[in-house]
Amino acid sequence: MAETRDIAVRLTDVEKNYGSFQAVRDMTLDIPEGSFVTLLGPSGCGKTTTLRMIAGLESITAGEIAIKGRRVNEVPIHKRNLGVVFQNYALFPHMSIADNVAFGLKYRKLNKTDAREKVRRALQMVRLPHVEDRFPGQLSGGQQQRIALARAIVIEPDVLLLDEPLSALDANLREDMRVELKRIQRELGIATVFVTHDQGEALAMSDKVVVMSDGQMEQIGTPEDVYNRPTSRFVASFLGNSNFLGATVEDVTDGLVTLAVKPGEGGAMPIRLSIASNGRFRKGEAVQIVIRAERLCIGRAPESRGGPMNTFEGVVTNVDYQGLNARYFVEAGGQKLQVINPIDQHPAREGDRVTLHLRSEDAVILDDTGHVHH
Amino acid sequence: MTTTTQSRATPVASEAAERAAAAGGGVATRRRPGVRIPRPSGWSLIRLASILVYVFMFAPIAVVVLLSFNSSRFGTFPLEGFSFRWFEALWANDAIVSAFQTSLVLGFLTAIISTSIGIAASLAMVRYDFPGKGLINTALITPILVPEVVLGVALLLFLRWLSIPKSFLLLLMGHVLITLPFVVLVVQARLTAIKPVYEEAAKSLGANAWETFFRVTLPLLMPAVFAGMLFAFTISFDDVTATLFWKSGGTETVPTQIFAMLRNSISPEINALGTVMIVLTVSLPLIAGGLARWFARGGRG
Repeated sequence: MAETRDIAVRLTDVEKNYGSFQAVRDMTLDIPEGSFVTLLGPSGCGKTTTLRMIAGLESITAGEIAIKGRRVNEVPIHKRNLGVVFQNYALFPHMSIADNVAFGLKYRKLNKTDAREKVRRALQMVRLPHVEDRFPGQLSGGQQQRIALARAIVIEPDVLLLDEPLSALDANLREDMRVELKRIQRELGIATVFVTHDQGEALAMSDKVVVMSDGQMEQIGTPEDVYNRPTSRFVASFLGNSNFLGATVEDVTDGLVTLAVKPGEGGAMPIRLSIASNGRFRKGEAVQIVIRAERLCIGRAPESRGGPMNTFEGVVTNVDYQGLNARYFVEAGGQKLQVINPIDQHPAREGDRVTLHLRSEDAVILDDTGHVHH
Repeated sequence: MTTTTQSRATPVASEAAERAAAAGGGVATRRRPGVRIPRPSGWSLIRLASILVYVFMFAPIAVVVLLSFNSSRFGTFPLEGFSFRWFEALWANDAIVSAFQTSLVLGFLTAIISTSIGIAASLAMVRYDFPGKGLINTALITPILVPEVVLGVALLLFLRWLSIPKSFLLLLMGHVLITLPFVVLVVQARLTAIKPVYEEAAKSLGANAWETFFRVTLPLLMPAVFAGMLFAFTISFDDVTATLFWKSGGTETVPTQIFAMLRNSISPEINALGTVMIVLTVSLPLIAGGLARWFARGGRG
């Protein structure tokens, strides 16, 4: 664990109950200074409740939250010095943009000139320098979002909390704002907690992703980690397109597990795969294999990374054209597989007999409960 | 709120709707000159009936206003001549002027106290959870449902039992009691529509509960606060029944003064007083509405 002073927010065994309903449990998490941490999960997974507990908008049933080493369980929200950006911006409709941004500065003993200068700089930071005299109702959604961000950062908060700030924007704007938000966060070097249900946002923006489900953390890791090495079936299915194959362990040698994929209906020959894994598996054990749809390669084999290459045959049953990529549904060994490949000159067609390649490092083995083997 | 708002607002609103419907019908008929509408008599009858209903409702008011400008002492048509003499007499009548002052002071104080309590109560009801909330909410609204006579007698007996003498302060308390439900209903409705996220944002920026209330909640609540004050004022200003029970001897409000004057004779001064009250109770909401719209426009630049 890192030094306490490098930790902006530390949650220790935090729990939140509403009556008999456990909204959040066993939440233990460090958010390092300057880092961008995303709480990712479906609605009702407890991510927003966690953010609201950090903000002080919800009480904590058990555990401890510390901000910059100070226990804040009993500290009311207005004394926590946080910047919060809400889903629907929550700009005060009866105040001009300048007054909105300056709102928090009133409680931070500044003289008028300094305050005005800070407001001006914050508006420059969000690239909306000329709207001071306007009212929130006169701005577009994207602009309101930027003002909400300016209002949150102008007070120089210890932590920036973002509650699905992009979800109210339309798709194109959302991608622009994603880049903007990340740029501003980098420039300020401020520890940020970002709540979203959008995996694209989470993967693109975060230093660390916390995948949550049912009030619990499923996995914490870098975007590459949680995407490529999911530790549970939930994480694998929530992020990206994955194939889940039931299989039986046939042999374990030297970190390489040989498995026979259970054949589906039709009495086809089962596929045999070699997958790299550090888990301890017994011969004959029933497991699940997780294969990302884009790790299966049709036709051309990917460059080897030293491990063995799995090669098997299949028949394309369906092609879903997506512009840059195509999503193929391939039947192999009695199993239906999803394959997402970039389209080169000759995309496969329905009915084509194709060869599929899979590197032994490009799949994950989970035990039959859907978790990583320990 | 519903009872009074509706009884006050409905005639005007439905009249406008009626006119719109009538005009719409007319346009539709004109637009298709070739098409014969099979039974025009049905619509004509409805139109006629509505007009008669409104005439029936507004004619007495018109008569009062007209007669107040009559120079004759006797309320007969045709009018003998136009004059302000009854208004002058009104101005010279100390009893009426003093009743007017009492009513105004009572109305304003009722509006201010009732609205202050109403805002606090609404905040508690909408923003917080506490045991017995439903019960208290019902208790706040109940004075609307209890007949005013019963309320009047009950409070009177209660005060007698406590051996507290009647006073202006008690009359004021009584008026606050009967106007509070209206304020609570108006303010609660508005407060429910103001998302708590504005208050959360204010607090996250460093404002404590008081600062949040005065800088965010109250300004957003202002239209409802105005409406509530207006309700409280007009209800207090108009009230006869309960006021008759609660006022101390010698204190008269405008309605009770009119009531007292009617017992002796029907003086044309009453017509003039009626006209003044009509102008006041009609113009006040109109002015407030206009102000609200003006503020709204000013707010948007």
